[in-house]
Amino acid sequence: MTPTLSIHNLTVDIPTRHGTLRPVQDVSYDIAQGEILGVVGESGAGKSMAGNAVIGLLNPPAHIASGEIHLNGTRIDHLQGDDMRRLRGKHIGMVFQDPLTSLNPLLKIGDQLTETMLAHLDISQSDARKRAIAALEEVGIPGAAQRVDSYPHQFSGGMRQRVVIALALCAEPSLIIADEPTTALDVSVQAQIIALLKRLCRDRGTAVMLITHDMGVIAEAADRVAVMYAGQLAELGPVRDVLTVPLHPYTDGLMGSTPLASRGKARLHQIPGAMPRLDTLPDGCAFHPRCPRAQADCTRNPGPTLADAQGRAACFHPLLREDVA
Amino acid sequence: MVDTPLSDSAAKDPSRLRLALQSDFIYQFKRSPVAVVSFAITLLLVLSAIFAPLIAPYDPFDPGSLNLMNGFSAPMTPNAFTGDSFWLGTDDQGRDVFSTILYGMRISLFVGAAAVAFAMVLGITLGLLAGYVGGWTETIIMRIADVQLTFPSILVAMLIFGVAKGVTPVEYRDQMAIWVLIIAIGLSDWVQFARVVRGATLVEKNKEYVAAAKLIGRTGPAIMLRHILPNVLSPVLVIATISLALAIIAEATLSFLGVGAPPTQPSLGTLIRIGQGFLFSGEWWILLFPALTLLTLALSVNLLGDWLRDALNPRLR
Amino acid sequence: MALVSVSHLTRIFDVSKPWLNRVIERQPKALLTAVSDVSFNIEEQTVYALVGESGSGKSTIGKMLVGLLEPSTGSVDIRGVDLARETDAQKIDDVRADIQMIFQDPFASLNPRWRVRDIIAEPVAARGGHTKGLSERLLEQVGLAARDAGKFPHEFSGGQRQRICIARALASEPKLIVCDEPTSALDVSVQAQVLNLMSDLKDEFGLTYLFISHDLTVVQHMADKIGVLYLGRLVEEADPDTLFETPKHPYTQMLLAAAPQLDGFGREVIPPTGEIPDPINPPPGCAYNPRCPLAADICRTKRPELRQIGTSRVACHMVDATD
Ligand SMILES: Nc1ncnc2c1ncn2[C@@H]1O[C@H](COP(=O)(O)OP(=O)(O)O)[C@@H](O)[C@H]1O
Ligand SMILES: Nc1ncnc2c1ncn2[C@@H]1O[C@H](COP(=O)(O)OP(=O)(O)O)[C@@H](O)[C@H]1O
Ligand code: SF4
Ligand code: SF4
Ligand SMILES: [Mg+2]
Ligand SMILES: [Mg+2]
Repeated sequence: MTPTLSIHNLTVDIPTRHGTLRPVQDVSYDIAQGEILGVVGESGAGKSMAGNAVIGLLNPPAHIASGEIHLNGTRIDHLQGDDMRRLRGKHIGMVFQDPLTSLNPLLKIGDQLTETMLAHLDISQSDARKRAIAALEEVGIPGAAQRVDSYPHQFSGGMRQRVVIALALCAEPSLIIADEPTTALDVSVQAQIIALLKRLCRDRGTAVMLITHDMGVIAEAADRVAVMYAGQLAELGPVRDVLTVPLHPYTDGLMGSTPLASRGKARLHQIPGAMPRLDTLPDGCAFHPRCPRAQADCTRNPGPTLADAQGRAACFHPLLREDVA
Repeated sequence: MVDTPLSDSAAKDPSRLRLALQSDFIYQFKRSPVAVVSFAITLLLVLSAIFAPLIAPYDPFDPGSLNLMNGFSAPMTPNAFTGDSFWLGTDDQGRDVFSTILYGMRISLFVGAAAVAFAMVLGITLGLLAGYVGGWTETIIMRIADVQLTFPSILVAMLIFGVAKGVTPVEYRDQMAIWVLIIAIGLSDWVQFARVVRGATLVEKNKEYVAAAKLIGRTGPAIMLRHILPNVLSPVLVIATISLALAIIAEATLSFLGVGAPPTQPSLGTLIRIGQGFLFSGEWWILLFPALTLLTLALSVNLLGDWLRDALNPRLR
Repeated sequence: MALVSVSHLTRIFDVSKPWLNRVIERQPKALLTAVSDVSFNIEEQTVYALVGESGSGKSTIGKMLVGLLEPSTGSVDIRGVDLARETDAQKIDDVRADIQMIFQDPFASLNPRWRVRDIIAEPVAARGGHTKGLSERLLEQVGLAARDAGKFPHEFSGGQRQRICIARALASEPKLIVCDEPTSALDVSVQAQVLNLMSDLKDEFGLTYLFISHDLTVVQHMADKIGVLYLGRLVEEADPDTLFETPKHPYTQMLLAAAPQLDGFGREVIPPTGEIPDPINPPPGCAYNPRCPLAADICRTKRPELRQIGTSRVACHMVDATD
């Protein structure tokens, strides 16, 4: 079956006066129908850039320099203007970190929902309103029939994010891109939102790209995970495998530096240094200055690709199962 | 909240000059023709005003060098009686217009700059106080500012000028005039400094570096001066530049109306006032050249200010 | 004796509209109780952590502890001195020199116009102390280079800035450091570096921390004792092992269940119900009663006292002392 989203060798460039920056480099992954792909990595890893490239929301001068993006088998990376807008509303829904940026503060949320539905679905005004109320009920807004005429500022942060999810899903898209949807929310609200996202997508078979820096959220929500570092894929695989038996030293380091109940007060594992800036990317493997397993060949160009470690980790010297066990 | 970009660079320490020259600010400046041209013109005019005594071919205020016979010489035409030729002509008393413009610009720029400096000091002080102390202090300062804003600044200046004129003895009036001008224009201009500084102070005082300073035991004045002030100055710089253009115009207006710089110390505005008397008798140059100079000066300073505002405020672009 | 003793601490903010608007719209004064009757002690050279969701009053307590805010009622005693009521200026100054704070936002907490050298030395300079070489020494202590002293804050990453903040906090050789979400703005790998550094410094200088965080795993890693806040009230206090193994308060239980777990693959969490109530009009009785699965009639009328139960202190009517 064709995957819902398929990204091939995606590269994003930002030309600047000091040279060209490459926030996303040669990234490839698929998301199947009904699958949740978690995209993790520290800030600046290029997670949002990759997501924005898919929905054509790159801010100039950033642009797709090479690679292909297919949605349900149709190539979409070269779409412009109205075609892209139609695709965004109808086939791809978006949920961002700050729900306020996705909602028009001057419009009642019901109007925003019906407007989106009328633009993309062949239904009448009164049907649209009924469906708007149903959508709000589905995302768990109490008293949806009354709240449909409220303005965004009359909702709490968690409720607003629910409205945004209702809005993203109302045109029944085949793909949802959720960029840090719970980062600004409290744990208890985060749990509600993640559960909601999981349920709706499972029920409808929507594919989800769940971008987050929180390994815990990935573990609980994602089916597969893509770990990004300095614009590249470091590791890609089923979430349980990647998190319990990481092959890439960076993934291993990330897991080690996350405080864990079972490790108690033992010193946290430290990855020395910080992620390099895009204008000073090291040769070869971008992780080599921080990597405990680095060897001479790690600095050679071209750097490692996923093919170097069983199609799962972009590393010349991946961790062996014995090392981790 | 959590999504802050890391900017960790390998330690490199280029010289401060190199850094400054590479900065985005200079880069943007070089890329903006308007900025470069208006900066060049402003610089040229300011320098020629400062060095007027060296540049000016004549000293228009030295009665000994004046020759009444040279009166009303047209630009670039030899005088009918003396045969002397003047670039921009002469006025009724035979003063070289080019030289009077240079000296007039000196007065105009001095009054403008001093007035803006005065407005700045007053506005920054009151704005900092209002923003940082809050409460009644803030209410009183900002209400005064509101009232001030409802009067056109030229009116305020005229009022102050009138009062000052009433209380100074006649023999000091000419000497006082310049200082009264400065205070009058400055007083009508402090409000925008105060408003901007208050707004910026309200933002800065809630930042955690201010809390850190309080914790250490720093007192209010120390925090305002050492911590907050340096961080509210960039909008002030923009306003100061644009204010300078406005202050030069305000000075010209007041002088034109006869309540500004006296004929013994003529500013561009005074020159324009004198010049307009001769417009209809055919001696157009006495009015035109000072007026053009004023326009060029005000316009280039203003354009520079506009550009500064855009350059220092990337969010507006 | 405990280094810090907080008793019946309450802070009320007046969040009313301006007087004139209130008169015109006929609205009463709006009072927001950010912290309500909170009591706890911090023993010397331990880490006391406050956890809770946003708006639960963590920062407000932290600010009252260091003297940036005054309590509405109740008191904070540090080495037996009540900062808000002490009249002896010398004593206040001595105690102040013993307290420092590290803030959440590594970008806002350093003055962008100051050099790192001056930033770090300010706590000492402000008291007229000797600052030569101080910043350089402290920079090396927090894992930066002495030559960084001449730079400006914008030349550093978030993690490095937080190290500078730590260096500044150490400058006046304090005994107590209040850390308000010191790693919330940092990535995990950088957070690990900063947390390790803080642990090392604590041992080296014999520091005491009040560690404020919304992140349960971080708190568990750092704390010797944890206080859980809900809507400005302390609902449970226990040592980390007890709290995480046998949480007693229904809110703590909910919080622990909701926190995402690194090994929670495909875990179906029963999502918590409801939201945090409006702190201006908190529910009567136990503030958690609208969301609590155990709520009974008494919970809606009587506010539960914090009671000693085993080694924990819990504020809940339904938790049995025999549990
Ligand atoms: N307009 C821009 N100019 C230069 N660099 C940019 C620009 N926008 C983003 N970047 C850089 O692109 C990289 C990727 O950013 P992003 O995709 O937002 O990361 P993430 O979402 O993983 O935190 C970062 O290093 C960021 O600094
Ligand atoms: N200066 C203030 N004025 C009015 N309300 C405030 C002020 N500071 C905090 N609050 C309110 O007090 C409550 C607790 O805030 P805070 O202590 O910052 O919580 P936390 O740090 O746990 O997120 C919140 O409801 C907040 O809106
Ligand atoms: S390729 Fe080399 S440097 Fe890169 S992660 Fe693998 S071992 Fe480390
Ligand atoms: S006191 Fe009552 S409402 Fe509050 S937590 Fe206990 S059982 Fe729940
Ligand atoms: Mg992002
Ligand atoms: Mg806080």
